[in-house]
Amino acid sequence: MLDLTAYDSLGAALRDASARFAGEVCLIEADRDKEKERLTYLDFQQRAHPLARGLQDSGFAADHRASIIMTNQSKWLISAYAIFFRGGVLVPLDYKLTPAEHWQLLQHSGAAVLITEYPIWRQLAADPARAASSVRTVLVTEAPPNADLHGALRWEEFRGDAEPDFVPRQRTDTACIVYSSGTGGRPKGCMMAHECYLSQCVALTSLYPFWPGVRYLSILPTNHAVDFMVGFIGPFTCGAAVVHLRTLRPEFVREAFTRYKITYVTLVPAVLKNLQKGLQERFAALPPAKRAILNAMIALNKLLTRGRPRLWISRRLLPQVHAAFGGQLLAIVVGGAFSEPQNLQFFYDLGIPVANGYGLTEACTVITVNDLKPFRADTVGKPLPGVEVRIVNPDAEGIGEVAARGRTIMSGYLNEPELTAETIVDGWLMTGDFGRLDSAGHLQLFGRKKNMIVTEEGKNIYPEDIENVFAGLPVKEFCVFAANFVWPRRSMTGEQLVLIVHPDSGGPSEEDLLREINARNSRLLNYKRIHGVVFWKEDFPLTASLKIRRNVLAEQLARLERETAVNSL
Amino acid sequence: MRTLEQTTQEVLTLAARHFNVPEGSLSPADDFFKKLGINSLQALELLTRLENHFAIELPDYEVQGVSDFRTLAERIQSRL
Repeated sequence: MLDLTAYDSLGAALRDASARFAGEVCLIEADRDKEKERLTYLDFQQRAHPLARGLQDSGFAADHRASIIMTNQSKWLISAYAIFFRGGVLVPLDYKLTPAEHWQLLQHSGAAVLITEYPIWRQLAADPARAASSVRTVLVTEAPPNADLHGALRWEEFRGDAEPDFVPRQRTDTACIVYSSGTGGRPKGCMMAHECYLSQCVALTSLYPFWPGVRYLSILPTNHAVDFMVGFIGPFTCGAAVVHLRTLRPEFVREAFTRYKITYVTLVPAVLKNLQKGLQERFAALPPAKRAILNAMIALNKLLTRGRPRLWISRRLLPQVHAAFGGQLLAIVVGGAFSEPQNLQFFYDLGIPVANGYGLTEACTVITVNDLKPFRADTVGKPLPGVEVRIVNPDAEGIGEVAARGRTIMSGYLNEPELTAETIVDGWLMTGDFGRLDSAGHLQLFGRKKNMIVTEEGKNIYPEDIENVFAGLPVKEFCVFAANFVWPRRSMTGEQLVLIVHPDSGGPSEEDLLREINARNSRLLNYKRIHGVVFWKEDFPLTASLKIRRNVLAEQLARLERETAVNSL
Repeated sequence: MRTLEQTTQEVLTLAARHFNVPEGSLSPADDFFKKLGINSLQALELLTRLENHFAIELPDYEVQGVSDFRTLAERIQSRL
């Protein structure tokens, strides 16, 4: 790989990587069973430089912000390369947000350029929020020949003929603004310096190396901090290849493992769980004799890989299982949310190591990761080299808030100095999660201090962001909490939201209210729904500006028994 | 050639059958994620079923952001 300690910016590292690995394959893009693209680093550079020149000719310069809203595909990475080459700041946004949410974040980030796909643009252009936008240039990929582009330009035609001028940046300059939270409340735009990515990449690849020939299957959206690192910066600075699929239908994802001999993949816990279920069903359907042999082989594999993974042994003991994953898989990275230990152990016992870790967008993605020496399903691993972790105010059992320090931590939230000061205290990132370091230096997590949940699909849900669906409810007051915030449970999985309702005297009955709440709840996407209602007969504690003092209310509610207080929906 | 109305009706019928809800309980303006309480993986299953029925290929990115039956039917109609 490149010696990233010698580089000041992602732009410079990516530029040199594309020259050094010119003949290696860097990108494969497939749509179902058809391969659409296969680019070498040289091909990649030859696509990216005219775009960078086009940006330059349009006045795009150092520190200008450009957003990408795209599904995972080659043009995502080509565009990001061009933005970095021109010294710009990349604002990667989740393509699954609504048009109104996209425009809100585009406005908040101050993006002057937007690069997106035609089907997404069609919806964005029709949204009234566009009128107030500061975006000057919109580039749209794959627009049909006669399509109305609503003022956008075709990505494919936006190119300059001359070589673009490279714009150098300092390590401390912002490389990306990454949004870590929902849009209903205050958008949290994490300002990540070039240094964050360069340092993290060195640390991560020391544990999970990439090299020419490695193939990373990119399924998690690239705007997500995990895929941006392990599905772009990591492989690209090491000469490895990224495989993009234009469909995420399970049958084609399965096929991609064998067709492209995948080395690494990142999955969210929900998908890992589904995969386990599918495998268990197939195992259960085997004739008894074959099942007995399989179980014996799994037991033997467990024994032989107790200290560390021994892939060559596992592949011999369980050839069919490994063949189904292409036979070259080194590890599954699990990210976006927390996995249950038994889920991780299941795969490890089959000889498929799972790189389980813990991180936050604010920390550039990873704070701790399992180093497989030995594999442990009961922890989220050890601090990444270069990252310090300490436990703040530990209790008698050593459990307290996890804080992290190092070069990978963000410089702050965009335009939010107060929020930044609450989150980064004396140089330490306060994670809002409870944890404990064990004698081996592994971090174990015990629930959250902050009022939020993370679903198995990797979605962060902030209670404040969903309260508007209950606005106008015929009650005196209401608010939404993460149940574990009120009644802490030492778990990071199975988290739920609860609605606290203070009924109006003379208002509708509890029964009628529950009916109304149910109806409104069904308007929310399923992963955002509340799971229960608490009827609370006292006034909510309020601040001088009449905002709910959530911490105080949570303390009051905590005196109730969770099981009896919460009416399940 | 089907009309958009016919296509929409067939989409509704197939979705109701696929997710085992009474036929007639779904309407074109419904948000299928909310009405059926399904996640994105389940929505992809429905797409595969619709593709087989209409004998078309509907790329995932083409239906990105689509959440109601009417728009889904329009996207299918444009490929018939």
